[in-house]
Amino acid sequence: MTVPAIAFYCFAAGVLAGGLFTVISRHPVHSVLWLILAFLSSAGLFVLLGAEFVAMLLVIVYVGAVAVLFLFVVMMLDVDFAQLRAEMAKYLPLSLMIAIVLLMQLALAFGSWSFAPEAEDLRANIAPPLEETHNTAALGLLIYDDYILLFQLSGLILLVAMIGAIVLTLRHKEGIKRQDVLSQMYRDPAEALEIKDVKPGQGL
Amino acid sequence: MIAADISAVLPEIVLSVYAMGALLLAVYTRKDEVAQMLVWATSGMLVLVALWIALSVQDSRTAFNGMFIDDGYSRFAKVMILASAAAVLFMSQEYMERRGLLRFEYPILITLAVVGMMVMVSAGDLMALYMGLELQSLALYVVAALRRDSVKSTEAGLKYFVLGALGSGLLLYGASLTYGYAGTTQFAGIVTTATEGELSLGLLFGLVFLAAGLAFKVSAAPFHMWTPDVYEGSPTPVTAFFATAPKVAAMLLFGRLLHGAFGEAVADWQQIIAFLSVISMFVGGIAAIGQTNIKRLMAYSSIAHMGFALMGLAAGTALGVQAMLVYMAIYVTMNIGAFAFILSMERNGQPVTDIASLRMYSRRDPLRALAMLVLMFSLAGVPPLVGFFGKFYVLTAAVDAGLTWLAVAGVIASVIGAFYYLRIVYFMYFGEETEPLDGEVQPVLTVFLLASAGAMVLGVFNLFGIEAFAAAAAATLVQ
Amino acid sequence: MVQIILFAPLLGALIAGFAWKIIGEKAAMWTATGLLFLSCLLSWIVFFTFDGETRIVEIMRWIESGSLSAYWGVRLDRLTAIMLIVVTTVSAFVHLYSFGYMAHDENFREGEESYRPRFFAYLSFFTFAMLMLVTANNLVQMFFGWEGVGVASYLLIGFYYRKPSANAAAIKAFVVNRVGDFGFYLGIATLFFLVDSTDFDVIFASGPELAETQINFLWQDWNAANLIAVLLFIGAMGKSAQLFLHTWLPDAMEGPTPVSALIHAATMVTAGVFLICRMSPLMEYAPEAMTFVTFMGATTAFFAATVGLVQNDIKRVIAYSTCSQLGYMFVAAGVGVYSAAMFHLLTHAFFKGLLFLGAGSVIHAMHHEQDMRNYGGLRKKIPYTFWAMMVGTLAITGVGVPLTQLGFAGFLSKDAIIESAWAGTNSAAGYAYWMLVIAAVMTAFYSWRLMFLTFFGTPRGDRHTHEQAHESPRIMLIPLVALAIGGIFSGMIWYKSFFGDHHEVERFFAIPHSEVHADDGHGAQTTAAHGEGAGATADGAEQGSSHDAMVEAHHVEGTTPEEHAQIAAEHHAPQSFGGIYIHPENNVLNDAHYAPKWVKLSPFIAMILGFGLAFLMYIRRTDLPAKVAELNWPLYNFLLNKWYFDELYDAIFVRPAKAIGRFLWKYGDGATIDGGINGLAMGIVPFFTRLAGRAQSGYIFHYAFAMVIGLVVLITWVAIRAGG
Repeated sequence: MTVPAIAFYCFAAGVLAGGLFTVISRHPVHSVLWLILAFLSSAGLFVLLGAEFVAMLLVIVYVGAVAVLFLFVVMMLDVDFAQLRAEMAKYLPLSLMIAIVLLMQLALAFGSWSFAPEAEDLRANIAPPLEETHNTAALGLLIYDDYILLFQLSGLILLVAMIGAIVLTLRHKEGIKRQDVLSQMYRDPAEALEIKDVKPGQGL
Repeated sequence: MIAADISAVLPEIVLSVYAMGALLLAVYTRKDEVAQMLVWATSGMLVLVALWIALSVQDSRTAFNGMFIDDGYSRFAKVMILASAAAVLFMSQEYMERRGLLRFEYPILITLAVVGMMVMVSAGDLMALYMGLELQSLALYVVAALRRDSVKSTEAGLKYFVLGALGSGLLLYGASLTYGYAGTTQFAGIVTTATEGELSLGLLFGLVFLAAGLAFKVSAAPFHMWTPDVYEGSPTPVTAFFATAPKVAAMLLFGRLLHGAFGEAVADWQQIIAFLSVISMFVGGIAAIGQTNIKRLMAYSSIAHMGFALMGLAAGTALGVQAMLVYMAIYVTMNIGAFAFILSMERNGQPVTDIASLRMYSRRDPLRALAMLVLMFSLAGVPPLVGFFGKFYVLTAAVDAGLTWLAVAGVIASVIGAFYYLRIVYFMYFGEETEPLDGEVQPVLTVFLLASAGAMVLGVFNLFGIEAFAAAAAATLVQ
Repeated sequence: MVQIILFAPLLGALIAGFAWKIIGEKAAMWTATGLLFLSCLLSWIVFFTFDGETRIVEIMRWIESGSLSAYWGVRLDRLTAIMLIVVTTVSAFVHLYSFGYMAHDENFREGEESYRPRFFAYLSFFTFAMLMLVTANNLVQMFFGWEGVGVASYLLIGFYYRKPSANAAAIKAFVVNRVGDFGFYLGIATLFFLVDSTDFDVIFASGPELAETQINFLWQDWNAANLIAVLLFIGAMGKSAQLFLHTWLPDAMEGPTPVSALIHAATMVTAGVFLICRMSPLMEYAPEAMTFVTFMGATTAFFAATVGLVQNDIKRVIAYSTCSQLGYMFVAAGVGVYSAAMFHLLTHAFFKGLLFLGAGSVIHAMHHEQDMRNYGGLRKKIPYTFWAMMVGTLAITGVGVPLTQLGFAGFLSKDAIIESAWAGTNSAAGYAYWMLVIAAVMTAFYSWRLMFLTFFGTPRGDRHTHEQAHESPRIMLIPLVALAIGGIFSGMIWYKSFFGDHHEVERFFAIPHSEVHADDGHGAQTTAAHGEGAGATADGAEQGSSHDAMVEAHHVEGTTPEEHAQIAAEHHAPQSFGGIYIHPENNVLNDAHYAPKWVKLSPFIAMILGFGLAFLMYIRRTDLPAKVAELNWPLYNFLLNKWYFDELYDAIFVRPAKAIGRFLWKYGDGATIDGGINGLAMGIVPFFTRLAGRAQSGYIFHYAFAMVIGLVVLITWVAIRAGG
């Protein structure tokens, strides 16, 4: 067994274990941590595939931002996961059965997997030749050239997400202190400060 | 190359730019105070774009390496989407304002959702499909929860979001299975690999997952469960919007996927669609009977109607697609009218959605009651109203395609479904009056209601020529 | 002109029916009546100015569907002209009569309800429908009129809608007529199937062809002409109340008496006879069917007369008499002397209308008492009515001077029929002759019985009623007088045209082939032959067959069959048909004239016999009827209960139908359909609705669960399909 193969199996096991324990661990914070393990392992898999850029993205965006955000959310929200899980446990046998059925069928599908004869060519049509281009550059070429439409649409989706977040959460409550940049900038020490000469022992 | 691409996608670009411009304008001026103006401007904008698309005669063309298709089918869909969105938006302005819901983001989100839908119906690639779908869905999740101080509304938004995520997950899974098998995400590529009888199990599973994801979006049973709750919880104008444009977009996307990507393997998916269709018709019909809330009722009604539209798709022929297009056009028209009525239901300034409140409505306002009667009869598919012709069309298509059992089931389901439509009529004309509705009805709503009802009656002559357009549109999709 | 005749009654009906609120009751009634008199006047003008040429007036296109083409039109020939005067005259006078008769009616709340304009509207509508029927130039229009009179009859029989018996009678009339109409309809359909047209001219021209066509019907091969003729005759049986389909007619007397006079005596019931005469070009090629017609007619004439002997209700007696007289007409048509049938139709319309209106007058005088046992001695109280009824009775019984052409209307027409029956060539003719003679005895008996019971003897029944009895108003007497004139003279005036003279008849009816067979030598020859036979035996059947042989022999001598066929063919191909058609081989009309004296005398003798018997039993020995009845009680009950036809039908048709209906209602409709639908609508569907409602729990994971299950089902299905 070569080193890459050993690394592959380690990372793969890491992804699977991370995914599994994300679902079944009792403490939500633990779940998030397991999730981070899964992300990191899959980043490792990407590296093995030679896709360092995607791997780094995964680490930075998912581990660095998303997972940490999750942690905050989980810690801030006081959700009683135990109760929810108890509710869910009632359906566990049935769920398991269905899961097994689904799994068996997927196994069936993958067992008799066959690519379409044209599949290789079709795939090669779009991707730039890997031998000549570095994969980060190739990704860039695809995203900003062939897939520019999708890229822009993703931008729109994020815009909607942003608007949505604001619409649903921003409240203009009276009496809330906010930062007013302009008033901060225009703040004049002369007006802001008033010097009082206090005589000792008299108080204001 | 890029110029041609951009010209194909220009309507979407214009709308997106408009949305962003409007956003900036509103944010940097007086915010919600401009919302009213913005609603009107947006309606106008949507109508303008609809006219632009309708009047531009173009051959079928693809852009962005086949990722975006601009053909008769998509133009038909876009006109329908834009027009219905404009109508619903226009109707909702007064209602939203009165309830303090009219935020300037509302028209902008609707516009972006419409852009998403336009991308959906033009999608020539699984990725474009997904992008359009998410753009649309995300905007809809937000507007569903627009009344954020109402538990029901936020719950609706959350439910829609979570289940929508599940639906999207299924769709993505199906897309990746398909990509894995076919080696491409483009419909034009998939169609060359997916030929009749030779689909591998993997591709079939991919198809099923894709269908499940889209069935969620058109709220076909058994992926419909979110619909009643979301319809009930959302503000009524939003419900009206849900019931019209997104349904059109999702249904036509469904058609695009099935015929564009899997058009060579009709026999492989015909049974799946027929199954979804028959389940939807019966679930929609049967479950609606127990409803007392008119919004929930309309939710089930839309489930049943989607079942009928799916029947057209199940036929797997050009006639079937044409029938589906005609059906959707009729469905949208009827729903706009029905929601124009529902929007006007109020008592002491509060919106009322209880069916029982319609008792003896005919005495209070005979004209509107009559219009609603026409609409209900049309929804139930009573001849000679237009709704009947819609049903007749899909049934004919199903029979032509050898799906007689499906057509028979459709007839039975529509008989069951007639019950709850007629119950509304019964209440309006025969029920004992309890607490009557009051409040002034805005002229806008009356105009839409009457126009819709009038169309149901006058349309029987030639369906306003929509058949020919639908036939041409179907011809560009199914060669 | 014909258009005015046709549409004036319709206009009257519409005005009386819908506009009376605007113009007032009286005005509406007068309008309807006035329009009918106009129509009547024009009809007479048409009748007298008619030149024998068949004219067809197209009014409006009606149906164009595939090869079926029908238009509203008027076929104006002699037959139509006769029917026009019959219908419009009787109708006009009945309208007039109704002013008096319907002036007060206890069946309606006086002053609150307005029933008179309605009555007049119905009468006028009936007249319009009847005119539609008789002027039709195609079977579809005729069927329209046929059903139109059926509807009018239904409305008028059930006019007293508060009386359950009237409603029942109306329904019975309608239903029984439906049976006949079904036959008629089948006949039309068969004709259209074979000829591809419903136009009379086309149908008439195809008579010879149909006679050689075979058609499979009810799993059996039939001769097309015979089949069609029988089917049409079944229609005629229904409308004309022939045996087996007669039961509605006596019950129809529940309607007001003017209705009985107009519809159930003079016009509508004769539609069947008219139909047979109208279809004569077809009938002539259907010998077996004609035998059937003769047989049915004769049997009905006999049957109805026997029942008429013992009835006590004055209107029922006349009703059975009508039934019987219609039998006479069918016999005449059946043996091929259509002109005699039409002749009797015409005279019968007058005297039977007269009798009914007279009876109405009596009933009116007796405060709606209809039982003759409660009459008696009314001669003095209501002299005009008495004399009118007397004329009617003399006419129906056939009083006249034997062997001449002097006599009341019935004398000439009835004798013509009896002679024709004697001369008839089909195998039922002999039977018919004897039946008719016997019926004539009975006709005389029951007619005089009616007269004696009503007008002679001592008053019986409620004394108060008798004291109050009064002559009817003048407006009711005028129609009586008018019809009495018809009853006296109509026979003598038209005897020649209808029956008396072969050439005259052929000219009158424009029968196309007169010159071919009007050789007097033929007539003389057959007469001579019969003269020999007459002395030897009186057996009618043998007479008929020997006559057949003679005719056959004659043809062998004269022309070969081929030649004959050729001559016949030349005559029908391009011609237009006259009022009636008589086949070249049909010489019954001629033969009848040369009947031996005893045959010509037989009806007269029968009349005398009947009169004598009635005189004996109801004037001389008034105790005799009771004794006779007691002595022959089974026969008496048999007749009194009208041969138990109603009971029989009740047992055979009505009860089983009701049982089937009840079964289908209880189990088919109630249990299966209602139960099924209700079970579905109230049991199964709500069950699923509840189930759906419960599934809609509001929990997201339930929903997600449903989605996943749905997905798994789909996947499994696909996998199994792909695997299998």
